[in-house]
Amino acid sequence: MAFIGPLVAPYGYSDQNLSERLQPPSREHIIGTDQFGRDVFSRVLVGSRDIYLTAGSGALLAVLIGLAIGLIAGYFGGLVDEILMRLIDVLLAIPPLLLAMIVLFSLGSSRLNVVIVVGFLYIPMVSRVVRSVVLDLKTRQFVEAAKLRGETSLYIMFREILPSVLPPLAVEASMRFSYAIFLVASLGFLGLGVQPPSPDWGLMVGEARNFFSQAMWALFGPAGAVVILVVSVGFMSDGLRRMLLPGGVSE
Amino acid sequence: MSIRTTKKVQGASPGLEVRDLTITYNTEDGPLDTVRNLSFKIAPGEIYGLVGESGSGKTTIARAVVNYLASNGTIKSGRILLDGVDLCTKTKKEMRSIWGSDITMVHQDPNKSVNPSMSIGNQIAEMVRVHSGISKAEARKKAVDMLSWVRMPDPSRVARRYPHQLSGGQLQRVLIAIALVTNPRLLIMDEPTTALDVTTEAVILDLIRDLLMEYQTAVLYITHNLGVVARLCHRVGVIYAGALMEQGPVSRVFKKMLHPYTLGLLGSVPRVELDKRDIVLNTIPGYIPQPDSLPAGCIFAPRCRGAEDACRASRPPLVDTKEGADHITACRRWQVVKNTPEKFANPQEKREMREPTTEDIVLDSVNVKKYFPISRVRLGDLIRGKRPVVKAVDDISLRIRQGFTMGIVGESGCGKTTFARCIAGLEKASAGKIIVGDENLPYVVSKRSADQLKKIQMVFQNPDASLNPQHTVGASVARPLTRLKNLSKKVLQERLEELFQSVNLPKEYMNRLPHEISGGEKQRVAIARALATDPKLLICDEPISSLDVSVQASLMNTLMELQNRRGTSCLFISHDLAAVKHLSSWIAVIYLGRLWEIGSASDILKPPHHPYTEALFSALPIPDPDAKQSRVRLREAVPSAVTIPPGCRFHPRCPRKVGEICENEEPPWQDYGHWHKICCHIPLEELVEIQTADEGDLQ
Repeated sequence: MAFIGPLVAPYGYSDQNLSERLQPPSREHIIGTDQFGRDVFSRVLVGSRDIYLTAGSGALLAVLIGLAIGLIAGYFGGLVDEILMRLIDVLLAIPPLLLAMIVLFSLGSSRLNVVIVVGFLYIPMVSRVVRSVVLDLKTRQFVEAAKLRGETSLYIMFREILPSVLPPLAVEASMRFSYAIFLVASLGFLGLGVQPPSPDWGLMVGEARNFFSQAMWALFGPAGAVVILVVSVGFMSDGLRRMLLPGGVSE
Repeated sequence: MSIRTTKKVQGASPGLEVRDLTITYNTEDGPLDTVRNLSFKIAPGEIYGLVGESGSGKTTIARAVVNYLASNGTIKSGRILLDGVDLCTKTKKEMRSIWGSDITMVHQDPNKSVNPSMSIGNQIAEMVRVHSGISKAEARKKAVDMLSWVRMPDPSRVARRYPHQLSGGQLQRVLIAIALVTNPRLLIMDEPTTALDVTTEAVILDLIRDLLMEYQTAVLYITHNLGVVARLCHRVGVIYAGALMEQGPVSRVFKKMLHPYTLGLLGSVPRVELDKRDIVLNTIPGYIPQPDSLPAGCIFAPRCRGAEDACRASRPPLVDTKEGADHITACRRWQVVKNTPEKFANPQEKREMREPTTEDIVLDSVNVKKYFPISRVRLGDLIRGKRPVVKAVDDISLRIRQGFTMGIVGESGCGKTTFARCIAGLEKASAGKIIVGDENLPYVVSKRSADQLKKIQMVFQNPDASLNPQHTVGASVARPLTRLKNLSKKVLQERLEELFQSVNLPKEYMNRLPHEISGGEKQRVAIARALATDPKLLICDEPISSLDVSVQASLMNTLMELQNRRGTSCLFISHDLAAVKHLSSWIAVIYLGRLWEIGSASDILKPPHHPYTEALFSALPIPDPDAKQSRVRLREAVPSAVTIPPGCRFHPRCPRKVGEICENEEPPWQDYGHWHKICCHIPLEELVEIQTADEGDLQ
C-alpha cells in the first residue's frame, strides 16, 4: 500500500484547492481536506511511503552498526567490550529527543539527517541485544571446536555465531522499526523532520493542530495512520518472535 | 525419634495404590496417552523404585499421583488411592491440605526447590506451622531438631543460613527434612540425587535408607539409575514408553529378570566390580517409541532381539509369573527369557583387544598448572601484595602412551575439565609443559600451528551445544577436513562417508540439522568431527554423562572400537568410575587440582587404594543388590580451591587420616610396582591390610 500510494491517491499530495479548505469528509475527500484544501487521504497515502523509507532506513542503520558493535564487543570481551559498552552507555544517557533536536537544528533537517539521527539513537538497544546473544553463544562448545581447528576470529564471528544471532536480530529490528516510525513522526510534529509541503505524517499532525476545532479530520487522519502502523508493526514483530524464537530469548 | 508424631493408618488398604492409570495429554495433534494402564502398590514403609529411560513417563506419573498434572494433562481412567481414599476425585482445594502433610515430594534440583530469600530454619518451620499450627518458637526449635536428625553438622547455625550458603548435598538434606517433618504417608522422590556428586549421592542414599526405616511412609522413588535402585529400593517397577514392563522385588528383578528390556538395560551398564575391560556392552537397538506411534503388538517388540510374530500381533498383558513375591512381567516369552537370556541380549561377549606395540608417548604433560585470579580482591590482600587465586589445576604431570586411553576421575570441581582444556589450549595454562609427540605446544590454541592443531581434538560434554544448530552435521564434520587437511571435493566426500560409517551413522544423516537427530547421534557426529583430522590424542570430556544408559552403552562400544581399530590415544574424563574403568587402560584419580593415584585400570581396582579412590569406589551405585561394597563415606563437599588445606589436601575429608602428619606435611608418592603409584602418608602395605580387611568384613 505504501509503495503504490502515489499511484492510487485520488489527488496529488501538494495539489492545493483553496476553495475547498478545511472540508469535512465527503465523497470526494474521504477524510476531508486541510487548511490549504489538500486532500488529507491522499497525503496520508503518499506520506506512508516516506515514513516507511525514513523509519526503515533509520532502523536498518541502527541494526547494521549495532550488529557490528554487539558482535565485536561480545566476541572479544575484556577491554574492547568495556570501551564499546561505555560508549553505548553515553549514547543511551542522552535524552533521545534532545539529541535529535540539537543535531537537526545544527545540521539542518533533511531526510538523510533524520535517518542518521534515528539510526544513532537505536544503536545501543540493538548492540546490547546482539551482545547478550553473542555472550551466550561464544561459550557454546561448537565455538570451542572451531577454535580447536584454528579458525580465525572473523570466521567464528560470521560463520559460527552470526547465523544464530539473526533470528533474535530480526525480531529486534522489527521492534526498532516500529519505534522509529514513532520517532520520525514525533520529529515531524516538532517541525524537525522533513519540511513542508512534504506529506510527512508528523508534520501534518503538527500543522492540523492549529485548525483542530475546524477540521479535526486533518489531525486524526495522519495520527490514526501512525497508530495503526505502529500497532501492526508491533503485532508483526510479536509474530516474528513467536516464529523465530520459540523458546523465548531474554532481553 | 521423639519429634515424630505418629499418624494412624486409616482405611482398609494402607499405602499407595495406583489402579489402571491412564494419563492423556491434549496436544496440537490430538490427545496422546502418555501413560497407559499402569498399576502398582506401595505398602507403608516400603521404597518402590520406578526406573526408566528419559521420555518413559516417570515424572508424569509422579505428577499424576499428587494430582498436579500440567494444564493439558488429564487422568483419563484409573484410580489413585492413598490409604483407600481416591485422590483423583479431590479438587485442587482439597488437595492443598494433603500436599505437604500427607504427600510430600523431593525434586531433582535442590537449588530450585528452596526459597532463596528465606533462611533454612524458617523454611522448615513454615512447613511445620502450616500443617500443625504450633507456635513460632516451637516450630523453630523443631526445625533445628529436624536438621540434626538429617545429620546436618552444626544444625543451629545452619538453620540461620540461607540456601546459597549451603552445598547441593546439604540442601538436599534440608529438603528431605522438610519432606519428612510432617510425617507423610506418601513421599515421592524424583531423581533426588541425580544432580549430586557420587560421593554426596552415597551419603544421601544412606541417609534416606536409614531415616525411612523409622517411618511408616510409602516411598515412590523415581530414577534412571539402576545402581541407586539396587542400593535403596525394596521393590522396583521398570517402565518403558508409559507402560510397566516388569515389576517385582529388587532382589529378583535384578537377578532373574523376566523381561528383555530389563535384561537389556542391566546389560548396558558397565560394571566396575568385574575385572573385565574387554567385554562389549549390550545395547538396545532403536529408540523409545513416541506415544503417538506405538507399535500394535508388544511396545518393546521393535527393539527386542527375541521378538516373534506373535509378539508383534497383539499387546501382551502383564502376567504374574508365579515365581514368587509378586514378580510380574509384560513379556509373553518370559520363560524363554528366564532360561536362555542370551537370546534376548547379546551376552557380554569378549572383544579382542589389540595391545599397542609402540612405546611412543603421545602426551607428556609436565607440571601443568592453571591458576584463575579471583575477581573480587580484598583490601588486606592488596596491602600484602598478593592476589588470591583459584588453583584449579595445581601441578599435574602425566604421560599417555600411543594407543592407550587414560581415564581421569574425580568429583565435580576437582579440576579434571580445566586440565583437559589446558591440554587442548582452550584455557591458557599458567605453567608447565604440554608435549605432544616431541613438540612442546604453545599454551593457547590460537598460537598453535595447523599441524599441532591436528594432533589434539576434543569431544565435549553437552551434545546440544557441541554442534552449531545452523549447520548441517555433514558440514560440521567436513569443515575440519577442508580447513586442516585441504582435501579435494571428491576425496572429501569419501572421507566423510568413511567417518560417518566409523561412528555407526548412516551417511544420509549428513544433510540433517542437529535438532533433527537425537542426543546420542549428536555425540557421534561430534566424535566424527574430532576424528576428522586423525588426531594423535582425543580428549573426551564427559561425552556420555548426559545420555541414557542404553545410549551410553552403544557410544562406549563405539569409542572402544575406535580405540581398537584406529589406535587413537584418548584422554577420557568422567565422574563415573565405572565408565572410566570400562574404557580406559590407565586411570588417574584427581582431587583439588592434583593427582593422588595413578595406575593401570586393573591395578586401581585392587587394594592398595588411595583413601579417596576407595571412597569413590564405595560410593559408586552398583546395579546388583548383592554387591559387596565397603562403606567409606566422605564428609561434606569438595573444599574451595582458593584456600587449599595445608599438608595433604585431602586430610579434612579423609576417612583414614592417621594424625598430625597429614595436616602438616605433603604426602610422598609411593610406588607399588607396575607404575601403580599412590600419594599418601600411609605405607602401602598397611593400606592393603586395612582395605582387604574391610572387604573381608563384608563377605
